[in-house]
Amino acid sequence: MSDTPAPPLPAPRARNLGRLLLWSGLAALMALVGFGLYRTQAGPVSSGPAPDFTLITFDGETIHLADLKGQVVVVNFWASWCKPCEEEAATLEAGWQKYRDQGVSFLGVDYVDTEPEARAYLTRFGITYPNGPDLGTRISQAFRIRGVPETYFIDRQGTLVRVKIGPIDMNELQSILDPLVTP
Amino acid sequence: MTYHHPSTLARAALVLFVLAIGLAAVVSWPASPARAQEPTPSDNQVNAVAKQLYCPVCENVPLDVCPTQACAQWRQTIREKLTAGWSEQEIKNYFVEQYGARVLAAPPPRGLSLLVYLLPPLAFVVGGYIVYRAVRTWRRAARPRASPPPAAEDEYARRIEEELRRRE
Amino acid sequence: MLANLGFAVLVITLLVSIYGIAAALYGARTGREAWVLSARQAMLLTWPLVTLSALCLVALLVTNHFEVEFVYSVTSRSMPGYLKATALWGGQAGSLLFWSWLMAAFASAAGLRRWDRDREFLPWVVVVALVTLAFFLSLIILFENPFARLWAAPAGETIKAMFAPSGAVLVTPGDGQGLNPLLRHPGMIIHPPMLYLGFVSFVIPYAFGMAALITRRTDDRWIRVTRRWTLVAWLFLSMGLVLGGRWAYDVLGWGGYWGWDPVEIAAFMPWLTGTAFLHSVMIQEKRGMLKHWNMVLVILTYCLVIFGTFLTRSGVLSSVHAFAQSAIGPAFFGFIGLSFAASLALLLSRWNELRGENQLTSLLSRENLFLLNNLLFVSILVACFWGVIFPLISELFTGQKVTVGPPFYERTTGPMFAGLLLLMGIAPLSAWGRTAGRSLGRLIVWPLAASLVVPLGLALSGTHNPAALLGFWLAAFVTLVTLSEFWRGALARRRIYKEALPVALWNLAGRNRRRYGGYIIHLGVVLMAIGIIGVELYQQETQGTLAEGQQITLGKYVMTYDSLAEFNAPDDRLVARAVTTIYRDGQKVAELYPRRDFYYVSQQPMTIPGVYSSLEGDFYVLLVGWEPIGSSGATFKIYLNPLINFLWGGSLVFILGTLVAAWPDRERARATARVPAGALAQRAK
Repeated sequence: MSDTPAPPLPAPRARNLGRLLLWSGLAALMALVGFGLYRTQAGPVSSGPAPDFTLITFDGETIHLADLKGQVVVVNFWASWCKPCEEEAATLEAGWQKYRDQGVSFLGVDYVDTEPEARAYLTRFGITYPNGPDLGTRISQAFRIRGVPETYFIDRQGTLVRVKIGPIDMNELQSILDPLVTP
Repeated sequence: MTYHHPSTLARAALVLFVLAIGLAAVVSWPASPARAQEPTPSDNQVNAVAKQLYCPVCENVPLDVCPTQACAQWRQTIREKLTAGWSEQEIKNYFVEQYGARVLAAPPPRGLSLLVYLLPPLAFVVGGYIVYRAVRTWRRAARPRASPPPAAEDEYARRIEEELRRRE
Repeated sequence: MLANLGFAVLVITLLVSIYGIAAALYGARTGREAWVLSARQAMLLTWPLVTLSALCLVALLVTNHFEVEFVYSVTSRSMPGYLKATALWGGQAGSLLFWSWLMAAFASAAGLRRWDRDREFLPWVVVVALVTLAFFLSLIILFENPFARLWAAPAGETIKAMFAPSGAVLVTPGDGQGLNPLLRHPGMIIHPPMLYLGFVSFVIPYAFGMAALITRRTDDRWIRVTRRWTLVAWLFLSMGLVLGGRWAYDVLGWGGYWGWDPVEIAAFMPWLTGTAFLHSVMIQEKRGMLKHWNMVLVILTYCLVIFGTFLTRSGVLSSVHAFAQSAIGPAFFGFIGLSFAASLALLLSRWNELRGENQLTSLLSRENLFLLNNLLFVSILVACFWGVIFPLISELFTGQKVTVGPPFYERTTGPMFAGLLLLMGIAPLSAWGRTAGRSLGRLIVWPLAASLVVPLGLALSGTHNPAALLGFWLAAFVTLVTLSEFWRGALARRRIYKEALPVALWNLAGRNRRRYGGYIIHLGVVLMAIGIIGVELYQQETQGTLAEGQQITLGKYVMTYDSLAEFNAPDDRLVARAVTTIYRDGQKVAELYPRRDFYYVSQQPMTIPGVYSSLEGDFYVLLVGWEPIGSSGATFKIYLNPLINFLWGGSLVFILGTLVAAWPDRERARATARVPAGALAQRAK
């Protein structure tokens, strides 16, 4: 920034240029910090069109969110090292079994995890809906998640309608999904 | 042209020789790291790689000292990859692909991240130039008023005596 | 009720500060002395008021008033009393109150000084100090109120509020959550206050600088007035940084003391500009030069203090897992924008009046070497600042999060720190004004050559790292030059005053405390540099899993694993403690107890190392893992940190030197004795 030890007698034009540089430097810095602050304060994406993403599942299947338009989509972020995730794992599987015939897709996004442990976790809780790693944390960054577990609900039009921070239980899952599946 | 003949031969021999060496190198190359790699890499070998990576979920904690469960899993991953004969760089690339660039202790000097490394030296050079110009102007301002030459005898003693005199 | 009292007093303090600002502005505008004096009284009043409020909070903390949300979140019944009291700065809200208390203390102390020679500065110093204080007070009152209580709303949820929401009843939890275990360490108890003291006390030099700009009294008066404030601020900041390093070494369990974490750098940046300022003010005092530059530095220091506080508290720099969200971000952002812009505008509007008696006669003069010193400090600052904000830039333009960590900082700042060491050796030999190249050369050659013994000796005994050889050479050079300064100064005194050598030495330092205090600081820095080189370049580590009775070797040391016990400690933690015996060259030297504490409430593990210290270095062992059942084994990580105690010892020397330099003079400042440039200034007016 301003690391000029007072050039002795600058010409007026040079001085104006210097001032301009200083002020725009300050403005740029404030804009940058403002952006950082906005990002911190904004919290998770909670409305509007859901950010699109591609999930490559542990079974090697490639799923584009955009291809699921017309269905209700439940996106759950989890990790095998996350204790609270275990509380909701069975609920999510039960929800998938209950709603899979009513046009609801469940997608599990495994946030910064190791594959063997993740697979063991899926087996342990008998999870059958598609799950895949969040490669390069791209999906979690797009949703601006704060931690795991977090669950995002997307309606048939591809609009994000609800965000659940922390583990979810069956009552809440039903109360969110029921209105979404009834046309 | 008969006199070319030996030279051509020599060249062919040289080419063959180089090829042979190259082939030997290619054949023996994968063998040597494989021999160095014990069946299970030691903790120290794992830590040597983990040290250069950052825990993807905690803040600014290198992977080799991070005490959480998740980090233990990642160290296990490193161990498995080392066992499979991966190089350090391959493991790092794998981590970047899996967990994003922020697992690296410093961004790779490519693209925008090149700026990280370029700006500080640049700032130093520009700052140095500004100081140089300022000093030059100041010296020019001082030149007309010639001051008396410094004393020839021990300058240090003179200086300290002057200072002490002033303090009294 | 205490909570109500504390909050009410805070609101009153805010009103008093606002009154003080208004009265000072009005008094300065109209020239009515009575208003200015009234503003000063207001400033003096803030300290007892904030003290009362802080005492209320401490009383609540100590007496387990868990209905107060802050008390609930940072204390628990099982914590000892002193920890409950110091939990005042263990959380956002309380530490803001503590910050304000220190700010009020410094403002009041500045108000108590004798103002007769600087009457015109007074209203503006009051304005700057009280604006800063009022800002922090309003953050507390509006966003982070430590006195807010917990209420159960009729609907069932728990609300945090100062006053009862309609129909709600007060909730008093049976026990609190307890202080973050990482903060339950003596180093952490003193480290934040030291840093805050350093931060806060830099506000005073800034206030005087601004006052000088506003009143157009741009000679070096403001610098002379604030010289001691600056030194004291710098001392606290240095101590805060060192204690932070010590805390990390003892508690964080990664074998290091400094991780180039953005939060650490945020505290380091004002230290860099502060250090540059301490050097460059000497040029202005001696030669009347660099008036602009000193203003720039004092403004930068203040802005970096505020900016650093903002960065560490608003969560801007944190990762996905930072839950410490805070509402103070936007307000802080506004304040930063305003104070940066106001300082810059003021500086630019007075730019022409700050034109000094800028002239240099010799390229090798001390002024010039100080300029180089400033260039290096500022370049290090630029590197640090850049490293801290680059992740934001990367995220903004590429959407990719990156880490800018130690490899970057070590590579960019390492050569600059080496350059600073070299200057530290040369500058004492140069003279103000003009230095003849030949005589300086003659003075430098001998210590430079003599100190070559050190790297040569090291190279012969098997040290081949060029960075280490260069570093030790420079360290030896600076030590030699600095010690010979003392020696020659004392000899000169003995010759002139016929004093005995020890007396001469004492008087020498006593008569020119700033210079010789500075030299002592330099010696401290050299010792610290030796420690840093040792740890950075020669740290060794190993890790191994041992069964009971087995041993592991690292360097000259052998460690045997004797036993391990798991037990519950009274303050809600599970302790796993290993007993190990350390042998050096076959001799038993110590028994160490590395342990892992697990705090139930916060679900946080903490690794406490076992350390065997000697001048040669530390043997540092961490308990990394163990099998709870049976005695199948435990995993240890061991570091050898050579020379690290030079770092801690050097910081003590450093503090001693700062105290020498800042110690009050018996007589008040005499008429200023300056080199002829001062006379020129008189003529120019």
